[in-house]
Amino acid sequence: MTKIATRNAYGEALIEIGKENEDVVVLDADLSKSTKTSGFGKEFPNRFINVGIAEQNLMGTAAGLAAAGKIPFASTFAMFATGRAFEIIRNSIGYPKLNVKICATHSGVTVGEDGASHQALEDISCMRTIPNMTVIVPADAVEAKAAIHAVAKIDGPVYVRLGRPAVPVINDESNYDFKIGKGVTLKDGKDITIVATGIMVNEALEAAEELETKGINTRVINIHTIKPIDVELITKAAKETGAIVTAEEHNIIGGLGSAVAEVISENHPVPLKRIGTNDTFGESGKPDELLKKYGLTKENIVETVTELIKRK
Amino acid sequence: MEKKIQELKQIATEIRKDIVTMLTESGSGHPGGSLSAADILTVLYFNEMKVDSKNPKWEDRDRFVLSKGHAAPVLYSTLAEKGFFPKEELQKLRKIDSMLQGHPDMKGTPGVDMSTGSLGQGFSSSCGMAMAGKIDKKDYRVYTLLGDGELQEGIVWEAAMLAAHHKLDNLTAFIDYNGLQIDGKNEEVLSIDPVTDKFKAFGWNVLKIDGHSIEEIVDSINKAKETKGVPTVIVAKTVKGKGVSFMENKVEWHGSAPKEEEKAQALKELGGEM
Repeated sequence: MTKIATRNAYGEALIEIGKENEDVVVLDADLSKSTKTSGFGKEFPNRFINVGIAEQNLMGTAAGLAAAGKIPFASTFAMFATGRAFEIIRNSIGYPKLNVKICATHSGVTVGEDGASHQALEDISCMRTIPNMTVIVPADAVEAKAAIHAVAKIDGPVYVRLGRPAVPVINDESNYDFKIGKGVTLKDGKDITIVATGIMVNEALEAAEELETKGINTRVINIHTIKPIDVELITKAAKETGAIVTAEEHNIIGGLGSAVAEVISENHPVPLKRIGTNDTFGESGKPDELLKKYGLTKENIVETVTELIKRK
Repeated sequence: MEKKIQELKQIATEIRKDIVTMLTESGSGHPGGSLSAADILTVLYFNEMKVDSKNPKWEDRDRFVLSKGHAAPVLYSTLAEKGFFPKEELQKLRKIDSMLQGHPDMKGTPGVDMSTGSLGQGFSSSCGMAMAGKIDKKDYRVYTLLGDGELQEGIVWEAAMLAAHHKLDNLTAFIDYNGLQIDGKNEEVLSIDPVTDKFKAFGWNVLKIDGHSIEEIVDSINKAKETKGVPTVIVAKTVKGKGVSFMENKVEWHGSAPKEEEKAQALKELGGEM
């Protein structure tokens, strides 16, 4: 299977939308080689602003550009974008509903060797609690590129969560139709549903395949838009399959798992288990080693599904 | 010009009276830092800025960002005086369902160019606006007003570096240097001086003026416009609570509203009929 990092797809998409729309400007905080905004910078130097190592000012400047009619894409690592600059995002972007696209890379434990200080595991939680904010977590490069094109066309603040390592391409670029707020049923099933986001979508698909061999007919839903979440699709899955396992590379507090729990507990309560980091910081290591250590693998999903289905 | 100066002084007086009246009505808010900035906003809106009260979102307008957002009453009084909305609205300041929030809300109030209130952020946004002007090759200018205590926010210096690096000569920042912040004198809480040297070191053109001299404010803006290749900061020495004797230089009036009898006294002192 081809592997491409979502950040690479982001870099390519930026150049494409930069050609289509002169109002697109890109800002970075001295990480343009890592966030892949540097390509846009080379192509459109007069529309690229490196604010230096100053994430608060990154967001404040982006807000001002948006207030003057530009479409700013602001990038840095997820930790610094959503953590360090949280209050600027809340007050200068979210509150005035300004058209800023916050596209942050290096989310989750798959940052790897840099360790806990650089591994954002609360960014989805922080961003989805801000009114007016749309939150998108692409599962692969195809979805990342489609998401960037889509968010450039809507008016309002968006957080897009991107990753560092190359990850399997699971969507077909030739026919992929990305709709903000609409989940995607990747595999049908009647016994249980796995609702996954980001890099955990591929793990969910592989887990579902293995579960079939054990006689468990598993539905797999990709929720690429955490907010606004697809209430209809998730409620339908709860009704039709009677149990849900969520999977995300994020703290189980506040992220996809919490969002799904909110949806089903209000609409159709069924047994639920959340897979994610369990209220803990990460650490240094190789991405694959960390995913294994923090329970973010196909095997963990298979085990969780097998346990949860007994509670139906 | 002399006639114009007199006219501006009278407008500033009207704005001060509105500040006192609206704050008495609201029962909370920030009179001290609103009164200290009244002359600067008067000159900006009535002598300098290209704005259209009938078309507040006009793309080519000059922009103003009240980075010290708690001085919202001075901005609201100025905008109402300029005709962006009826003066009656001023009496709804800080009340439920009002367009006049405790701190400026660009989505709700005609003429407000940026939502502010959390210190330092408006200055950062004003840099973004000035950059947009440069990218779009427009000749509009961006003005912002910061409090002196606000300079203690780190983002101010991030933005100051950015503005100088990108040669934002279309950006002019005023510092409302009244020397006081909530907990006391700046120099006692956390010294911000030497402010002029700091901005010079950051690559800015720095001017120092009396922030209550209409002539000096007019003159400094002209100098800022003539300065090419660098942004300009105008350090305006002001008096907190200016124009109302019992509020002047009193830190207690940073964030408390006058009562009816205090309003009457303040209006009497301000006098100045249009």
